[in-house]
Parts: sequence; structure tokens; C-alpha cells
Amino acid sequence: MDKNITRHESLITFFIKSTGYSAIVFVGMIFIFLLLEGLPAIQKVNLATLFSSRWYPIEDYFGLLPLIGGSLIITLGAILIAVPFGIGSAVYLSEIAPRWVRDLMKPFIEILGGLPSVVLGFLGMLILSPFLRKLLELPTGLTALTGSILLGGIAIPTVVSVAEDALDAVPKSFRDASLAIGATEWQTIWRVTLPAARSGVLTAIMLGVGRAIGETMTVMMVTGNAPILPKGINDLFSPVRTMTATIAAEMGEVASGSVHYHVLFLIGIVLFLISLIVNITASAVVFRQKKRQERILS
Amino acid sequence: MNKISIQNFSLQYSDGTESLRNISLEIPANQITVLFGPAGGGKSSLLRVLNRLNDLADVTHQEGKVLLDGEDILSLKTDVIALRRKVGMVFARPVVLPFSIRENLTYGLEVAGEKDSDRINGSVENSLQQAALWDEVKDRLDDPAIALSGGQQQRLCLARVLALEPEVILLDEPTSGLDPISTGKVEESLQGLKQDYTIILVPHSVQQAARTADLAAFLLQGELVEVASGDTMFTNPRDQRTQDYVQGRFG
Repeated sequence: MDKNITRHESLITFFIKSTGYSAIVFVGMIFIFLLLEGLPAIQKVNLATLFSSRWYPIEDYFGLLPLIGGSLIITLGAILIAVPFGIGSAVYLSEIAPRWVRDLMKPFIEILGGLPSVVLGFLGMLILSPFLRKLLELPTGLTALTGSILLGGIAIPTVVSVAEDALDAVPKSFRDASLAIGATEWQTIWRVTLPAARSGVLTAIMLGVGRAIGETMTVMMVTGNAPILPKGINDLFSPVRTMTATIAAEMGEVASGSVHYHVLFLIGIVLFLISLIVNITASAVVFRQKKRQERILS
Repeated sequence: MNKISIQNFSLQYSDGTESLRNISLEIPANQITVLFGPAGGGKSSLLRVLNRLNDLADVTHQEGKVLLDGEDILSLKTDVIALRRKVGMVFARPVVLPFSIRENLTYGLEVAGEKDSDRINGSVENSLQQAALWDEVKDRLDDPAIALSGGQQQRLCLARVLALEPEVILLDEPTSGLDPISTGKVEESLQGLKQDYTIILVPHSVQQAARTADLAAFLLQGELVEVASGDTMFTNPRDQRTQDYVQGRFG
């Protein structure tokens, strides 16, 4: 009887453990798969080509820089939009808005977060890009800026909802204490509440960045997909192509095992590394703060 | 003239609970006025009206007058920020802000727009002295305030209020989380402070009320039952309910 229970227990423990470890296993296997398929590209294409600024696979130009540059400029633009709007709305929702406004707005923000990116791509193609073309008198509305605005829109709900949770977790007593010594509402938010929620707010930003950099469908639809290396802020107003869009657009047509095929996987590795760096930076920041808090508490 | 004059004041929260009913109370300057009574009697509500911190709560109905130096603080024209600098508050649980000890003290002055660094630095030492905390923290002013013990944190909160040189200090059960020794220190500081300030205290026990009160007001379920000097209130109260409470028959 006892033995049975022990075996039962250890079986359950084993099961739960393996579900826990499976996440690590999956990440590891994906990475190995990417490496196996992507690394041959480095042998077949010399590095000088990979670091050139021309992407024209049909004639064996495999310069990754325009794609990396395209992803970065769009993500940067998206961050510039998503961070102020996202943190601003989070502050409004958690600190300023009356309860009913908050109860009304939160579901809408969550719906916005759950919107399929294809739908946003539609809006971008049919409404935003013609609008931008007329407004800024551009030759085409399918630009990095269009992509940035939409990606910003995609990242905002993530930023809002995580940042709002973080702000909400700041004890009400901090606010009371700050107000009671004559600080204004704004001083309290800026000097007490936001700093106290700092690590959560940073996590929100990082998650938003992760969401933006991995997004494929929307950017494919609205950025024009011209693999031109962006060289400055002016290139926000010209078409670019991202890494994700390149993989999505070309993977279906490429001959398995060809050089082009391996290079696409190499792009996958680069994306993987970028998101790894973003995640590690985020957790390092949060971890450092935890350490500090623990030190303070002990 | 009395420092604060509460006239026929009533207050009702949006969930229908009536917190205060027709309160009239005169609070003299340079004394410790104690508001005591069982939980839910409206002591904290009354305290939070005096610095308008109750603005943040869901108050549906409020009537009557509260005068500070003859001026109605409930009027729409009142500068709430200025009022809160004049009427400082210490909470039940010590709430140190997530800064260093020094920054906790300078925060109030900085948000008030004080630029004179001599004055700011002077007030750090001065306020810590008044709160009887200076000797314990003078060598580690830049340590995080959260590292202090509970009693020290509470005295830091008191010092933070004093740094603004207010006229009135509100204390909402300031010693409820403290050990007897720390409690003693806080009470001792208060006795010293009343020469310069008007102090209104919600004590956490009848014993503390009796120890500290110059003037005592007994609040029961939103009603002001009795007001008397500390000596009378705790030895020979007029009202039967006060007597029952003071002698520990309920509450």
C-alpha cells in the first residue's frame, strides 16, 4: 500500500517535472534545428557577402544588413510610439481614471491586444498608408514609418496591461504618504509611483519590444518590402524590409537545401539571438533590482 | 480662538455607510487632542477630512464646516496642496517612501519647490532631532529608509512631516505596529512637540489615549458622544457609553 502511494507520487512528480523542463527542451531543440539548417550558409556564402548591403537572392546577393536594419528601424520607431503611449495610458488607467472609465477601457485594450495582426495590416494598407502618403507627400505610403506606427499599436496593449499591473501593485499607502506631505498628483506619480513600479514597467517595455520585433504579417503588408539599408532617420519615410517578412515571403518558394534556404535559416538565428538578448537584458535588469530590494530588506 | 473648529460636520460614503454624523468639535492649539473609540467610529475619516485626504475616497455626501484658523478648508477655493503642507499626517503603518533616509525628509520640501539647499539640509537634522531619531541615523542618512526598524521608520515618518514645518500634525494610530519601547519614544516626542504644534492623535488603545490626551473626544459609530479634558474623560466621564468603553466593557 505504502509502496503504491510512493510510486504514484513519484510518477506525478516525474510528469510535472517533465512538463516544466519541456519548455527548455523546446527552446534548445529549436535552436539546434536553426543551427543545423542555418550554419551551412556561412560555409557556402562568404562573410563579406553576408555583411554587404544588397539582398538579391536570385543573383546570389545575400547581404543581411538591409534586413537587420529594416527590422531595427521599424522596431525603434515602434518603441518610440509604444513606450510613451503605453506608459501614459497605464498611468492614466491606474492612477487618474475614475473606476468606471478603467473598467470600460481595460477590456478594449485587451481586445486591441488580441486583434489578429493581419487585420491591422489591412487597416495599414487601406487607410494609414494612403493617409501618410498624402500627408507627407511621399511617393509611396508603404514605408518604415507606417510599419512603426502599426507595430507601436500592436505593442501598446502589451505595454499597457503589464505596466498597469505593475503600477497597481504599488501600495496605496505610498500615494497617500506622498500626497499627505503636499505633493501634487503628478509629482506623486513621477517621483514615487513610477519609480516604485520600475521593474514591472521595464518588463512591460521589453515585452512590447519583443512583440514588435517578432511581428511579421503587419510589417509584410505595409512596409513595401524593399531590402534597402536604412542609413538615417530620413529612411523612416522610405520602404524597408524586415527579417521576419523576408523569411515569411521567401520560405515558401525556396528550394530545400539551396544556399538561399540556408541563408533564410541564418536570418532565423539572428532573430532568435536578438530576442534572446532582449529577454536576457530584461531579466538582468529585473534581477538586479530584486537583488537590491532583497539587500534592503535583509 | 481655537486652531480648528469643526461645525455640524457629516459625511457619507458612496456604499451608503455613514461615517460621521453631525460632529461639532473645537480643537485648541498647542495641545494633544485625542480622538478615540471603537473601530469603525469614524476617527480616521475625521482625521482625513482635516487634510482633505478624504478627497480620494468615495464620498457622496458631505456637509458642515471645518475651519482652520477661521478659514473653511472644505471650500472649493482651498489650495489643497498648501493645506496638506500645513496639516501633516502620520499613518498607522509606517510608510517610508522607497528612497534613502535623507530623501524621505527632503522630498516634501523639494516638491514644495524649496531650492535653498542650506535650508533643506538644516531641516533634515532639525526634524530628525525633533522626532528623536537623529542619534540613531546620523551616520547613515543615505541608506535606504526601508532598512530602518519599524519604530525608527515611524519616527522617520514623523520627521518627514516635521520637515515641512506644519502647524497641525495628524497621527492615525501611529504606534499600532510598534513595540512598547518605540511607542514610548514616539509618545515622548509628541509631548515635546506640542509646544510648537497642534496635535491630533487617534490612539491605538484607551491606555494610550489616557496617557497622552489633553483633550479627548469619544467617537462611537460616527457620533461624537463626549468631549472632555483628558483627566475627566478617563476618570469620570459623563456619558454611560463612554464609561463602559473606557472601563473596557466593550470595544
